Amino acid sequence: MTPAFAVFLIVGTIAVASSILVISMRNPVHSALFLLLTFLCVAVLFVMKGAEFVGAVQVLVYAGGIMVLFLFVVMLINVRHLPDEKVLSNFWKGGFAVGLGVFILFVAVVRPGVYHDEQLDKSRLTSVKERIWTESHKNPGTYTYRRVHRTNANSEAVGMALYTDYLVPFEVASLFLLVAMIGAIVIGKRELSATEEETAQQFILERVETEKEVKEAMSA
Amino acid sequence: MTQALLMRYLLWPLVKFLGAFIVVQAIVAAMNWVERRLLGLIQARLGPNRVGWHGLLQIVADPIKFLLKEDIVPSSSEKVAYFLGPMLPLIPTFMVYCLIPFGPPPMFIAARVNVALLLVLALTSTGVYGIILGGWASNNKYSLMGGLRSAAQMVSYEVPFGLSIVGVLMICGSLDLVRIVDYQANNAWNLFPQIVAFFIFFVSMNAENNRTPFDLPEAESELVAGYHTEYSAMKFAFFMLAEYSAMIVNSCLVTLLFLGGWTMAIDGKGLTTQQLVSMGVLGGIIGLAIFLTKMMFFMFVYIWFRATFPRFRFDQLMDLGWKWMIPLALGNIVVTGVFVLIGQERLMYWIGLATLGAIGFHIFRKPVPAVKAKTAHEVAHAS
Repeated sequence: MTPAFAVFLIVGTIAVASSILVISMRNPVHSALFLLLTFLCVAVLFVMKGAEFVGAVQVLVYAGGIMVLFLFVVMLINVRHLPDEKVLSNFWKGGFAVGLGVFILFVAVVRPGVYHDEQLDKSRLTSVKERIWTESHKNPGTYTYRRVHRTNANSEAVGMALYTDYLVPFEVASLFLLVAMIGAIVIGKRELSATEEETAQQFILERVETEKEVKEAMSA
Repeated sequence: MTQALLMRYLLWPLVKFLGAFIVVQAIVAAMNWVERRLLGLIQARLGPNRVGWHGLLQIVADPIKFLLKEDIVPSSSEKVAYFLGPMLPLIPTFMVYCLIPFGPPPMFIAARVNVALLLVLALTSTGVYGIILGGWASNNKYSLMGGLRSAAQMVSYEVPFGLSIVGVLMICGSLDLVRIVDYQANNAWNLFPQIVAFFIFFVSMNAENNRTPFDLPEAESELVAGYHTEYSAMKFAFFMLAEYSAMIVNSCLVTLLFLGGWTMAIDGKGLTTQQLVSMGVLGGIIGLAIFLTKMMFFMFVYIWFRATFPRFRFDQLMDLGWKWMIPLALGNIVVTGVFVLIGQERLMYWIGLATLGAIGFHIFRKPVPAVKAKTAHEVAHAS
């Protein structure tokens, strides 16, 4: 057993165990903490596979941003007086069926060997098609395309793939996220009643007035 | 063979990490005294000057006090989370020391990763968990408010913090801290072309560390002591330790990204990395000294800020983050992108230099007139 495999076993076990604990913990804050542990373990697995960039982004995006917001929600609901709920919800049969279906799907799609085609991955990730001016005997004086080896660094390879081969899906995904964000803001925004709007306007006017006064007092 | 690998990948990095750890912790301990003396100096008072020569033994006295005081655990607290709160922010902060090059490589860096900068950002962003958890577990309204404020502040300022770095990355073309420093040694400090990014980075850095004027999570006039109200003894000390360690990490980052790290060279002339490495051990020590000097300057500016600026109101803090810092950072990326695209990075250096000159000229244009204090009689009959 190589050291790398030993580390994989330990970290993988922690990841699986903590992800089970996420759904079985009663207290939502404890669930959130185990979710954080799961994300960190998955990041370690990414780094071990040589994908440092994905590992770092995993921590930065999931552990950093989403989890903070998640804790926000968790803390605003009252966790001290938890209702006595059953461990399994009423929909456990449907949930189990969906889970099993997804698992079977993964087993069917992910076969050993699919991600071991080193040559295919590397050449696509570390090189780029470039338009060059040919001076050879074959069609002299015209533009041709050829693959040029560019980089070995992880982050640059990901950037190269995202902005050349996968540009359209990438842009579409970012547009979707923008639409989702605007939608969330629109839904979350509460319509003010007429009286409330008036009070709000008055409040703003008063604040502007006070700030003016403070500025005058300071300059005097 | 196995032994050589073990030396290279386990033992040697561990020794380097321990070295960095000890040096940084020594600086943290010293900052306790330095900060209070400097605040005293700026506020025209003395500061601690009783224990030892000029109060220098305060560095020893405070830890002893932290260790000997009673460790109080509120009976209604969430015990596990209360215990984890002060520990959690320490782990990522210490892990970052493995990634930061304190001097010319390979001597002063424990682990050279090609996405080091991203990993540093990821790790420092997890530091807020301890604060939230501690605030929540204390089961105290003030603590919870402090934790929530801290979370909101971190989420808001993480964005300009990350965006301000993008400009530097576009110019240097790497996430590897060593290569960023080498680029600066071969051209000039990133401070000049990225002066806007430097400004944003520095302000968000203050906000990330909950330092005055952004110390709303522990605003004593509103929240008693914020998230650490219920903490005593060594647990409280751990919070302080994490805060000061994170301050040092951020000072290191700003030194590496904008002030050329351990090098002291313009256009490849002067003390570049190659120059320092060729000088052997002496070069290493010189590089370390240059780095620590630059870093300590920023630690001084932290304290200077604290003594100078009053605390923000919470809505002002959010306004500054979302309405000023983020658009400014995005604008900086666009402008930098245009300059990189037309291949005129050199022009940016001159623009930055001119901006700095203009700011300097504005500040030192004329001496500040001495303000004569008004008497009570004059104030009463002013208008």
